[in-house]
Formats: sequence, structure tokens, C-alpha cells
Amino acid sequence: MPELPRKKVGIIACSGEELPEGTITRLAALRVLHQVRPEDTVTICLPLFLAGGEGDRNFARFYPTIAVDGCEKRCAFRGTEKYSNRPAAGIVVTDLIAQHGLDQPHGCRKLDAAGMKAVELTAQEVADTVDELLGKGLR
Amino acid sequence: MRSSSHKVAIVPCSGIGKPYGTVSRVAAYQVTEDDRPELTRLVPLALLVMGDEEYGRIVTESPAITIDGCPQACATKMVQQSGGRVAHECSVLGAVRSHRDLKPQGIAELNEDGEKLANALAQEINAMIDALTVAGPDK
Repeated sequence: MPELPRKKVGIIACSGEELPEGTITRLAALRVLHQVRPEDTVTICLPLFLAGGEGDRNFARFYPTIAVDGCEKRCAFRGTEKYSNRPAAGIVVTDLIAQHGLDQPHGCRKLDAAGMKAVELTAQEVADTVDELLGKGLR
Repeated sequence: MRSSSHKVAIVPCSGIGKPYGTVSRVAAYQVTEDDRPELTRLVPLALLVMGDEEYGRIVTESPAITIDGCPQACATKMVQQSGGRVAHECSVLGAVRSHRDLKPQGIAELNEDGEKLANALAQEINAMIDALTVAGPDK
């Protein structure tokens, strides 16, 4: 039997430098990639993607992606949809914080405790979505 | 204090795949938060590319210093595509070549060499800002 390429999910974080929530997207994406679901995920570099990185755009055309945005402007989701394909799922950190009643995060450069809690929550949400997209169910 | 339209726009790479993206971001935060907060404005790449009005106006009205993390030079390309004027193109790779003793590692958090490299890059940018602001924003 030929070995087929393993199906992976692409994570596209907005990484917005002007908001703590942007830092949360970046750290959550890295946590999923390196610690929580390393076998199942890749990250897509948003600026390269937007600047015309064909490899990244092609990945998002053929594989499911999760856009992780810091705010309601949803640059990662809209950028992916505009330049490649509609993401399979979108997560907005400000919405998650409101839904779970977390304290407002502070510190774009270095997150405070509320920010780190939001990283944990966002990473878990991304990991659950990865499992759903790959049909793995709850672990 | 200068109005935002007369501040120097600092546009770092938003990459999250390699330590060099983090070096560019840390240098940008040092310049805009610690070293030259009254003379600069941090511009998030994703918002700029997605056509945000406010940041689009900043790069068209102010000189920009871009900090690219890799040879793809997304920050520089995106400012130019947004109709902005790049006064200086900085690159983390250039800083690495000038400081061969420093071996940056870590993406979520830089190691000591990464922090030193970001500081060296920030000093280089500070000098550029000083030259630009002495000469005036249109020079």
C-alpha cells in the first residue's frame, strides 16, 4: 500500500502586535504546534501567506485550517479566505475571554497572568477543533 | 509630543515559525515602548495588509522602518504595497551577520542571545529614528 501524506490542520494566528490578544494567538498557536498536537498541526506564517507565499496558500487550499484571531477584525480569517480558501474554523480570543468570563489580559510584550490563562484556554479550544476536524473526537 | 501621523512607523515581521520573527518583534517593542515611544508608532502587519484605514494612513503619511525576519521581506513588501515609504529596511539576518557570536533560539521566548540580538537591532533602529526625526519626517 502506498503511504499517503498524513492529514494535518494548519493554524493561522493573527499575531497582532498591537494587542495582548494578538500575543495570545501567537503563544496559543505555538503551544498547540509544539506541545499539545505536534503530530497533527502545522502553523502558517500569516505575513508570508498574505505577501504571496504560494506554498502556504496551497496548503490552505487543500488542507483544513483554523484561523486564530485576537479581535473582531479577524485579519487571519479574512486574509485566509481572501487569498486561499475559507478556514474550516475560526476562533476569536476576545469572544473566548468574554464567554469564559476571564479577566482582561494585559501586556503585548509580556502577558500577565490573565493573558497566560487566555493562552491556555485558546490552545485548548484550538486543540479540540483540530480533533474535530480530524475526526478524532474528544481525547 | 508628535501626532501619530508624524511619528516613524515601525513595522516588524509577524512570523511565528522561527526565532528571527521573534527577534524582530522584541526589537520593535523595545523601540516603541522603551526607547523612542514619543517618536514612533508600532504598525501590525496583518492589519496593514488587510486594509485597515488607520494603519494605512500612518504608513502613507509617515516614514516607515521595516524589520524583516527572513529574506521574503514581508514587512517591507507590505508597506510598499500599501503605498507607504520605507525609509529604512532592517533585517534580522543582517543583525545576525553583524553579531556572529549571538545564536538566537526560542520562538515563544527568546534565549539570552536572542534578547541581545534584539537589543542590538533596536539600537540600530534608534539611530535611524534619530536621524529621521532630526532631518524631519519628509527627509
